[in-house]
Amino acid sequence: MATVDLKDVRKVYAGGVEAVKGVSIAIPDKSLCVLVGPSGCGKSTLLRMIAGLETISAGSCAIDGKVVNAVGPTERDIAMVFQNYALYPHMKVYDNMAYGLRNRGTPKDEVDKRVRSTAKTLELEHLLERRPRELSGGQRQRVAMGRAIVRNPKVFLFDEPLSNLDAKLRGQMRVEIKNLQRNLGVTSVYVTHDQLEAMTLADVLVVMNAGLVEQLGAPLDIYEKPASTFVASFIGAPPMNLLPLRSGQLEGAVTLPAVPTNAATLGFRPEDCEVRTEANGVASDGALRLMAKVEGVEPVGAESFLYCQVPGGRIVVRVPGRTDVTPGDQLPVFARREKLHFFGSDGKRV
Amino acid sequence: MTPRVVFPNRILPYLLVAPQLAITLVFFYWPASQALYQSMLREDPFGLSSKFVWFANFRKVLSDPNYLNSVQVTVIFSVATAAVAMGTALLLAVMADKVVRSRGLYRTLMIWPYAVAPAIAGMLWLFLFNPSIGSLAYGLRMLGINWDPLLDGSQAMTLVVAAASWKQISYNFLFFVAGLQAIPKSLIEAAAIDGAGENKRFWTIVFPLLAPTTFFLLVVNTVYAFFDTFGIIHAVTGGGPGKATETLVYKVYNDGFVNLILGDSAAQSVILMIIVIALTAIQFRYVEKKVHYG
Repeated sequence: MATVDLKDVRKVYAGGVEAVKGVSIAIPDKSLCVLVGPSGCGKSTLLRMIAGLETISAGSCAIDGKVVNAVGPTERDIAMVFQNYALYPHMKVYDNMAYGLRNRGTPKDEVDKRVRSTAKTLELEHLLERRPRELSGGQRQRVAMGRAIVRNPKVFLFDEPLSNLDAKLRGQMRVEIKNLQRNLGVTSVYVTHDQLEAMTLADVLVVMNAGLVEQLGAPLDIYEKPASTFVASFIGAPPMNLLPLRSGQLEGAVTLPAVPTNAATLGFRPEDCEVRTEANGVASDGALRLMAKVEGVEPVGAESFLYCQVPGGRIVVRVPGRTDVTPGDQLPVFARREKLHFFGSDGKRV
Repeated sequence: MTPRVVFPNRILPYLLVAPQLAITLVFFYWPASQALYQSMLREDPFGLSSKFVWFANFRKVLSDPNYLNSVQVTVIFSVATAAVAMGTALLLAVMADKVVRSRGLYRTLMIWPYAVAPAIAGMLWLFLFNPSIGSLAYGLRMLGINWDPLLDGSQAMTLVVAAASWKQISYNFLFFVAGLQAIPKSLIEAAAIDGAGENKRFWTIVFPLLAPTTFFLLVVNTVYAFFDTFGIIHAVTGGGPGKATETLVYKVYNDGFVNLILGDSAAQSVILMIIVIALTAIQFRYVEKKVHYG
């Protein structure tokens, strides 16, 4: 129904602070774009600029091919789900959902029809006569979603909508949001600081840092080929192990494959390494092998994480299932050549 | 619900409420009972003896056209004062909420009039609008208005209403500003995204959410207009011209302390007490039902 195009968008606040330093993203129609990054990276500001709640200092924002820089939030035909849900406390759930439709002069029976059918989709029918304060957190979240869906807008904006829910509910809602978005086919922009949410929801993933886009692409591409040490340590949990290289050598390495000439950091993911001495048929000449001293063990059930000390720093190793490793053990750690990542002294991938 | 506090000591709770009780007893129940007693006495013209007359004073007061006039004056005065004071304060508070720079300074300036004593506020307005020496009165006459509150009853009423509300605006302003700040910004933003223009947002979101503040101020302002405006009326018009600005409280003073008809005056103050109790009860019972708290 609509595309969202950001071209070199900047935000400078009155105090001179530059929150967004030139971001260009083209979000295709019907896709879900997730903006992810640490707090203060400018992702919420960017979302609020798309919503029209913040003015755009420079650059342009176009919705459905039309530049909306000067258009107020009222006329942009977008819907937003807020972190605190922002339900109108003095209105019943029904009126909360009908508010936007009524404001646009929708006929009364049409309002009723749409509110009821949306309520049915979200299983909110029995709550329509309640006020927001009589609802649980999860129910409020659904009402906030309903209020956005009922208007059938061009674009959905989500501002960390799940961060106030407990872990279990968050998982459920994540799946539900993805299904809803796919079924309705509405272009969406979703802001989160949770990399798991980002990975699972996104069609287009945008990793932001300090007001700039660090990397943009499909979630798995970003996971497999992080463009910088920042992305490498932000996407994936636990984060990628990063060890410094000194003139092409890794301290404490038993074997080390050929290192690109300008690489300053070596990275490998906890799930991409194994505990074993022999190559066991794997071409060992191109593999990384080093000895690690176990400092802590975290069994999670299906897997265990070993927190280890190596001469160059600290690493995490993931082993499947239970483990009888105890702190103090010395372990041989092994990682294949194709699972190694190299980054230059500027943090960029080489 | 907050858990009930249980004191292990039996006497301590009474000791804790004792100061409050003592103050209420000395400053309310005692004078109120005295007024009630006095309202049933009638004194001879020389004040030498008094006779218990049951409700004769009340019958006399309630059938007195001057008293009924005073009731009417009070209603007009209170409604006008509360409306002007609250309306203006709300307007200013909404404006102040939009001020980004030097917000604190603007607010401080707005709050100053509250520090002015009623009688002084009255004098200020009296001088400004005195038909012979007032600078603003001069301006009004230049505009072709035949300004003379010393002769024209409704002009006198306008003047006392203006003075009384001017003093109360800052108080109301303070509460409205606090009330506006308590409304989450995201609600306003959500309403904007929901297609509500600025006016619509105010009347459908902000105003209903301000209801608890408005309700509280309605009670405070009514009580203020009833009782605390004596100083202003005394300074500005003295209840005149004729009896055009003689409110119930002013009449109590006039009959009791100027004309020394103590029985009448006491009966009036008892009626006044009943009116205020009734008004407050009605406001809490019926208005509060339509008020949303959070």
